[in-house]
Amino acid sequence: MAEPLLDIRGLKTWFKTDDGMVRAVDGVDLHIDRGETLGVVGESGCGKTVTARSVLKLIDMPPGRFEAGQILWQGRDLIPLSMEEMDKIRAKEIAIIFQEPMTSLNPVYTVGDQIAEVIALHQKLSRKQAIAGAAEMLRLVNIPNPQRRVHDYPHQFSGGMRQRVMIAMALSCQPKLLIADEPTTALDVTIQAQILELMQEMKERFGMAIMLITHAMGVVAETCQRVTVMYAGNVVEEASVEALFGDPRHPYTQGLIRSIPRVDRSAEKKQRLEAIAGTVPNLLEPPPGCRFAARCKFAMDVCTQAVPPLKEVGPGHYVRCVL
Amino acid sequence: MQVHRVSRQYVIRKLLIMIPSLLGISIVLFALLALAPGDPFDELATNPAVPPEVRAALRAKFGLDDPIWMRYWHWLIALLQGDWGFSFVSRMDVSTLILQRLPVTLVVIGASQILAIAIAIPVGVLAATRPYSLFDQIANTFAFIGFSLPTFFTGLVLILVFSIQLDWLPFVYRADISATGWEFYWEHIKQSIMPVTVLGLFQGAALVRFVRSSVLDVIRLDYVTTARSKGIGERKVITRHVVRTALIPVVTLVALQMPIVFSGAVVTEQIFRVPGIGSLLITSMLSNDTPVVMGVTFVSACLVVFFNLIADILYGWLDPRIAFR
Repeated sequence: MAEPLLDIRGLKTWFKTDDGMVRAVDGVDLHIDRGETLGVVGESGCGKTVTARSVLKLIDMPPGRFEAGQILWQGRDLIPLSMEEMDKIRAKEIAIIFQEPMTSLNPVYTVGDQIAEVIALHQKLSRKQAIAGAAEMLRLVNIPNPQRRVHDYPHQFSGGMRQRVMIAMALSCQPKLLIADEPTTALDVTIQAQILELMQEMKERFGMAIMLITHAMGVVAETCQRVTVMYAGNVVEEASVEALFGDPRHPYTQGLIRSIPRVDRSAEKKQRLEAIAGTVPNLLEPPPGCRFAARCKFAMDVCTQAVPPLKEVGPGHYVRCVL
Repeated sequence: MQVHRVSRQYVIRKLLIMIPSLLGISIVLFALLALAPGDPFDELATNPAVPPEVRAALRAKFGLDDPIWMRYWHWLIALLQGDWGFSFVSRMDVSTLILQRLPVTLVVIGASQILAIAIAIPVGVLAATRPYSLFDQIANTFAFIGFSLPTFFTGLVLILVFSIQLDWLPFVYRADISATGWEFYWEHIKQSIMPVTVLGLFQGAALVRFVRSSVLDVIRLDYVTTARSKGIGERKVITRHVVRTALIPVVTLVALQMPIVFSGAVVTEQIFRVPGIGSLLITSMLSNDTPVVMGVTFVSACLVVFFNLIADILYGWLDPRIAFR
């Protein structure tokens, strides 16, 4: 098999706080191949965002620190790289867009300036050429009137339009990987669909891989090829979309899938939406065994003793569960 | 990167707002001075050489027995015609007196503000980018000492050390320097060093704390993470994306502190005997010279309003969201 584009192995990103060490990411393995879309799902606080930011080393250190693991980008470990070396990878090879389009753009510069800043830097162009490039990117992400809008400030755009600007900025150097950290969570439902469609379109045009972080299982089913399910800083299941939705193995994944609202079913059977009882465990002192054990219907004694290993239950389908 | 252009309309609107504020300020000042105890002609009253009828004639001539609103009206009309009245004590035009003193004050205040800003911005930004580092702690300690010590104390300490012990700098500010050419400027610089340092360090100390916290607020924002993800380097992230936005509240603070700076300058001018409007104000207050007091306070008020206008314009220039509203 060809070398994956990004291969995260046993990554541990911990944060030192006054109360102790928060193990936000505690041994995460995941990989992304060229041109594929990987969904990373899990509820709030499970370490999705920290994993994503770790890849670009956007974690404040201190209080954060890489405790262990490797982040192999095309075979090269990013963790020991200096910030100057990371700056050559950022935007040019790996780009990122965030959850909050309303606050992700600098309010005091025009969107054209902010996109041109990346283009001018990585493609060694003059400001004028870079602004023209920025307008071209705005046209690509379907912003009407790009020649004029390029001189507008972020507050003159709506949330959906700002996310388009963020995508234009992220793609302006044709990165090989786009990390999308809950790109649609803060948007209206209709706008969400448009943004996901746009990302799909851009993927086909530029052929990059996407790491789509989300907690919406519906979004995953629609856009991803493979899925990694995270829970409390661990990967609990990894599979192709078909395998995951057809045959979820981990009780947490099963719970997540059952918690998707189903318009067709609930109307007929008056079925109540199922929620997963309980809350995410404290990451300060995680329980010794399976982190999901406390909320798991099938928990046994063995579950609370040691973290079960990831085992292969089908081709490319891994699960961290003793069942 | 391009800067945002402030619209002319915005400036004109701000200028028009100045007129009612200045009128309001002058009414309050005039009323306060009229109601205050003390009369410029007290001295004449105790002087046996001045007959009561002469005194009454003088009072009538200057309209001192008219109702307040009428006196204010006369004062305002005269002011609009460029007549600021004249001093009862020195028998000089108030405008001449102020124009003699104002440049010195403006130079001292201006230089001290520049010094304060020149210290506060780099130190505050550096401290905020390395929070709780040794540099940050040293900067914080000095800032606390700086704004805890009143100017009259630091001023006296400086005089004691640099004028009396070391004899490097003069401790009385002289307006009548006879030297010419370079020597003239050198003497002026030498005598300005201490007042400017005292005022500048005091202002700078408070500003350092403010710049630091403002930068710390901005550095946590999402768009700074976006900027970092662009690979433009930490230096550009700080200078382009953090400092520019962090300066917006600093501009407000500097402008709003102008009244405090002026009152601080009054004290400092007394210590170093700087012949500025601060010392003019004090002497004319002590001698009940109302027209001069009125003139000086009104000029200070004008300057404060003017600095607020500058802040508003800078604000609109730094933050494009404002001028559009």
